Amino acid sequence: MSATAVTVPRREVLEKLTPVLTKRWLSPDAWRIDVYERLDGYAALRKALAAHPDALIQLIKDSGLRGRGGAGFPTGLKWGFIPQNDGKPHYLVVNADEGEPGTCKDLPLMMHDPHSLVEGVIIAAYAIRADRAYIYIRGEAVHAARRLRNAVKEAYAAGYLGRNILGSGFDLDLVVHSGAGAYICGEETALLDSLEGFRGQPRLRPPFPATHGLYASPTVVNNVGTISSVPYIVLGGAAWWKTMGTEKSSGPMIYSLSGRIANPGQYECSLGITLRELIELAGGMQPGHSLRFWTPGGSSTPLLTAEHLDVPLDFEGVAAAGSILGTTATQIFSDQDCPVYATYRWLEFYYHESCGKCTPCREGNYWMVRVYRRILSGQGTYEDLDTLLDTCDNILGRAFCGLGDGATSPVTSSLKYFKQDYLDYIEGRTAPKLSDKALVGAH
Amino acid sequence: MGFSEATHARAREIIARYPAGRERSALLPLLHLVQSEEGHVTPAGVQFCAEQLGLTKAQVSAVATFYTMYKRKPTGDWLVSVCTNTMCNVLGGQAVYDALSEHLGVGHDETTEDGTITLEHAECLAACDYGPVMTVNYDFFDNVDPDIALNLVERLRAGERPQPTRGARLCTLKEMSLQLAGFADEREGAVADGPPGASTLRGVRLAQENGITVAGFDPGTPIGKPAERPAGPEKANAGAATAAGVASNEPARDASPSGQPSEPRQRNLKEAK
Repeated sequence: MSATAVTVPRREVLEKLTPVLTKRWLSPDAWRIDVYERLDGYAALRKALAAHPDALIQLIKDSGLRGRGGAGFPTGLKWGFIPQNDGKPHYLVVNADEGEPGTCKDLPLMMHDPHSLVEGVIIAAYAIRADRAYIYIRGEAVHAARRLRNAVKEAYAAGYLGRNILGSGFDLDLVVHSGAGAYICGEETALLDSLEGFRGQPRLRPPFPATHGLYASPTVVNNVGTISSVPYIVLGGAAWWKTMGTEKSSGPMIYSLSGRIANPGQYECSLGITLRELIELAGGMQPGHSLRFWTPGGSSTPLLTAEHLDVPLDFEGVAAAGSILGTTATQIFSDQDCPVYATYRWLEFYYHESCGKCTPCREGNYWMVRVYRRILSGQGTYEDLDTLLDTCDNILGRAFCGLGDGATSPVTSSLKYFKQDYLDYIEGRTAPKLSDKALVGAH
Repeated sequence: MGFSEATHARAREIIARYPAGRERSALLPLLHLVQSEEGHVTPAGVQFCAEQLGLTKAQVSAVATFYTMYKRKPTGDWLVSVCTNTMCNVLGGQAVYDALSEHLGVGHDETTEDGTITLEHAECLAACDYGPVMTVNYDFFDNVDPDIALNLVERLRAGERPQPTRGARLCTLKEMSLQLAGFADEREGAVADGPPGASTLRGVRLAQENGITVAGFDPGTPIGKPAERPAGPEKANAGAATAAGVASNEPARDASPSGQPSEPRQRNLKEAK
């Protein structure tokens, strides 16, 4: 995409906007229960409690809803794995530990429409027969947590939580549990360990959380966006939900656009929209910038380039283009941004956030950061590039969770598309971006 | 030092949130609680948590040192965090951090001599559409630059409480820690603070201005019938869960403990070579 001036989106592109989960954000007081109730709030809960729990699981299966946290696992299938009549307590845990670099869709949702998440929790817990649910919210997300705790309190007072909800005989307790600063806790098994009061470190699978999750009991772990979608599906039905998105990736999705575009922000669109269309909605690139590289769904998804402007941004389309849809956190970088430096900063992140459990991730990220500092200080060698790829080869697939795998994404994809940028540092054509001071302690 | 009676009462309230026999789940909120009284997690705070939960001090310390929000040395009233992750960084976040560090004369995780401000560089704060961002005691100041940031810390040092761009009026780190322990923000109107920012509303406002809605929404649509489930205990389902887990998310093996084959990532590695 060329360095265009600010543009006005065409009608056919505007029509890809699907305001569903974001619609109430326009009502400034929708976080209050009385306003929420006036805007269809808790209507889905009344409807759901009149239905059989298995009918709700079937409804979510029929809708084709897939997890909004990055993996895209079919939600109804996940719910269906919970063994019934097994005599064990069941748990629903909402993953609100948003922190994947680039991702910023769950925090605004919890801030401006917290009851939609609470309502979704109650319906999902009813469907899987859980009488306790937890929302594990990122520690730093303090204002979202204020609104959420307030919503939970209001829901208890209104009889939507607690004993015998709306006379249905269904009981549910919901606790909002703040984390304490650890990206790894967004990984579902590390989250469960953290929620149990341990260091947040991932567990070996199997067993999977569906049978041995929180407190070794059957547990569903779902993302904020996934659970907040549930009330809309209960109200509008599976067929309506599938009028949005593509055959295998149904529904609306909140695309978080950041970086070198005229109007960064949250754009809820039909799954399968392209980056070209998203940039058009965002008013074009910033003046003087032209697209060079971007992440389709956070820093753990391999970088794409201006060649990929027309890739459908759904689970299948992005995978076919060699990346991952992830959290649809679309970070847009221009010809004025350096892919080597961008990758270096992401690596500092993975190095900082590696929980230390698995040697390849802990040591690999430590050393890759040092190699990047050397390259960016103008002291890199050709061998450094081999070292980076060799290190990635030794991390990918060799750690307990996806954090290590994710760290390799920017490294391998930037080397694939932008090797010349690396060579320009090594061969002295690009001025060093870091000073020698950054090399203290490096080997 | 001994903790106050109010803190003891709050500790009991926190522990009661979790199922009997699962009290250890209260550890993270309890650590936030002791930090709310002492400003950081002290040896006495570790001992307090250990006593409440019947754990050893070593068990509590192992958890406290894992999470970055538990501070191990005294902090200022104002924890100033600047995002220096990639997006904020290239948009100017690194310059903001460097300017603050030079101006305040402190580095990462250090506190000014007057004890008012602790500076840190933070990883992604989940507000990339407002980058570069910084937070004061975790409430957001959006689209900052070095001048805005320097002015902000000077106002803090002068005893003012500047209003965050989105989020509630500022409270001290101790007051914030109490909220993190799961207690309501009792300040009149604080929950109501913080209207949505322009970037948050960009897409939905664009739809509204152009009259775009999703057609066909009928809240009366019937839910339908449940699929048949076998009667009686479903032992088989545990097997089904594992089998499906295996299909979607391969189990661990020596060569691949994460069990998550990521074809696109492997393809990038291969093509980069």
